[in-house]
Amino acid sequence: MPAFVMTEKCDGCKGQDKTACMYICPNDLMVLDKERMKAYQRDPQLCWECLCCGKICPQQAIDVRGYADFVPMGSSCIPLRGSEDIMWTIKFRDGEVKRFKFPIRTTPEGGAVPDGGFGDGSKANDINDQYLRTEPESAAMDFFAK
Amino acid sequence: MPVPNFETVEVTCDVLICGAGMAGCGAMYEASYWAKKNGLKVVVADKAATDRSGAVAQGLSAINMYLNTAGGERTPEEFVRYVRNDMLGVSREDLTYDIARHVDSTVHLFEKWGLPIWRDADGKPIRSGAWQVMISGESYKILVAEAAKKALNDAGGELYERVFVIEPLMDGDRIAGAIGFSLREEKIYVFNAKAVLVNMGGAVHVFRPRSTGEGMGRTWYPPFQTGSSTYFTLRAGAEQTCQEIRFVPVRFKDAYGPVGAWFLLFKSTATNALDEIYIQTRVKDLEPWEPYASTKPMPTNLRNYQGILDEVDGKGPLLMRTERAIAALAEQYAGDEKAYKKKMKELESEAWEDFLDMTIGQANLWAAMNVRPEKEPSEITGAEPYFIGSHSGASGAWASGPADIAPPEYHWGYNRMTTVKGLFVAGDACGASPHKFSSGSFTEGRIAGKALVKFALENPDMPKLDPAQVEEFKARIKKPFEQFEQYKEFGTTPEVNPNYILPRQYLFRLQKIMDEYAGGWSCAFTTNKTKLEIALKLLEWLKEDADKMIARDLHELMRVFENQQRTWQAEAHVRTILFREESRWPGYYFRKDCPTMDDANWKCFVNLKWDKEKGWEIFKRPVINIID
Repeated sequence: MPAFVMTEKCDGCKGQDKTACMYICPNDLMVLDKERMKAYQRDPQLCWECLCCGKICPQQAIDVRGYADFVPMGSSCIPLRGSEDIMWTIKFRDGEVKRFKFPIRTTPEGGAVPDGGFGDGSKANDINDQYLRTEPESAAMDFFAK
Repeated sequence: MPVPNFETVEVTCDVLICGAGMAGCGAMYEASYWAKKNGLKVVVADKAATDRSGAVAQGLSAINMYLNTAGGERTPEEFVRYVRNDMLGVSREDLTYDIARHVDSTVHLFEKWGLPIWRDADGKPIRSGAWQVMISGESYKILVAEAAKKALNDAGGELYERVFVIEPLMDGDRIAGAIGFSLREEKIYVFNAKAVLVNMGGAVHVFRPRSTGEGMGRTWYPPFQTGSSTYFTLRAGAEQTCQEIRFVPVRFKDAYGPVGAWFLLFKSTATNALDEIYIQTRVKDLEPWEPYASTKPMPTNLRNYQGILDEVDGKGPLLMRTERAIAALAEQYAGDEKAYKKKMKELESEAWEDFLDMTIGQANLWAAMNVRPEKEPSEITGAEPYFIGSHSGASGAWASGPADIAPPEYHWGYNRMTTVKGLFVAGDACGASPHKFSSGSFTEGRIAGKALVKFALENPDMPKLDPAQVEEFKARIKKPFEQFEQYKEFGTTPEVNPNYILPRQYLFRLQKIMDEYAGGWSCAFTTNKTKLEIALKLLEWLKEDADKMIARDLHELMRVFENQQRTWQAEAHVRTILFREESRWPGYYFRKDCPTMDDANWKCFVNLKWDKEKGWEIFKRPVINIID
């Protein structure tokens, strides 16, 4: 189901140099048309439908339409990604609607601490041995104890 | 756009990490720590935005490698045996063992960074299989990137996003850096480094996908994995291994949603159209692959093979019996309506999360087809083949093992260094070290990241860049633009021109060759010597015509080079399956002319390398067990 941008909702990320969708698409598919100030998806045949674009869009201007070559029309899968969880609204072809909410992280946005609270690792001091950063504490055991 | 006037940007550093997917983030994390201790500089180049780059861009619903050794669950030795059996005896046990003893550390870090791992009321991880734990992993990559980028910043390192690394730069037999271009500006990036790590993923769209319209993008592994790792390491002269061990995932048909939770968590069975359970009715067919066929769990490719045989026999479709799995679970709650309803609601949510966390398209396909899994089964089938050294495929570069456990045949210095001095690999780029998945790839990146710093410390001279290599690359990336400018007025249909070929059309040509001659899905993954020799001939012409691809913008220029990378991946694969005269992994590819497994001659690695003067060289390397 290739991603597409809804003309009315897209504001081109308010005239900045690049849009959020353009920044994030792992396959470099989103482009800002500077004349219209609208983003568009340039290659529907290569969209993985990861929806990274739709999840990051501040205007919720991005949706997907099922791949024309095998998906019957009429369904939708719409995410609303917050800072702690993601809400999904799934619409079936026959009209049934299901909603799900799943957690996405247990720390605040930007709150990942690199050493994970384990410290740098009491034995991660020697470039010549096998210990990695935070070991052995992060492994909860010492695989290399002599 | 007219022919760009590329500006050259030179970046000098001690260690360069090419790619920032799971392995690249692991390397970024670990190399930064050791580099900071030693006053070295780390630079990372990523083709996309690191928050959502690589195979985990969309998210994942499980971590497929977690041992919990300290918690008394699994040991590295058990993991090595499991991988050995799944690969029918051919795996680098030193590499798999090495990852297994570090992976718990990685998973524990992920959880502290904020990844929700499913746990039961007693805090025990909820497993969907012997090695798998379920997660709520929509933001898996964002979390991992967040910690890795912090570590990099803390060490004063630099991250270059949207820089597509293409070619190795060499100083004699030592790697000197890498060259690539920006996907956003008219800039060429020349990286000069003492040590270089390649973790630029596997390869997709080498074989013709089952869907060739819009659905072409809905590959199981992402379409932005284009063989960058194999291309880069081959061009540097690095020995490759297991380039025959492609991966064919059996998944829900067309959208390729995950089946792991259905098989392992919900205990579903799969049948053919005649309601036969093919893993039972096809037991005899696996006799040539004993003793591996009888191991538990049954090797992935052998299970595939049983399904393929049924489909070829006209007994398809293969059906995941979701309705029976749910009925069986419901039976446990017979007589307790309230508990049953609660359980069903929980299962429904789990099943949908499994799709939505990692394959949104599958959720949409079920919604579009009004699928109610409790009422009807869903089709599964084998996808097109992929190159992925981190799953139960094993293609990649031949790397040195860890000093404390690798036998001399597998050890020539630095951990995860290829046969090229200063060039390291991790993740999909590291061959013969499968089943590491996301957590193991990150772990392998950490292992390589530390070794990378060690190499830079012990080899402190900055290798010299050869200006001729840079000039040659500049000419190469301008040519697709120049050709279009030169010939665009020749005809009135831009797509059809005798002087050039569009990258998309070139891609279709590659995929047709590979599908029809090298055992793609349309041939039930079957090939033979004659077909493979035709494939090589057709690939030769294709390679010549690669010079005729055009680009009209930087995005299309990326496609030109992606296609060249895929072509080298294709050729390495064809040469390897041609050389190995047996069928060891029949569910991945089948040599009809040598249809059985031949342990006497082929229980070994097949390695190959390429040299500008000498061309291709292909040879055997021994399999050495380090665990009983």
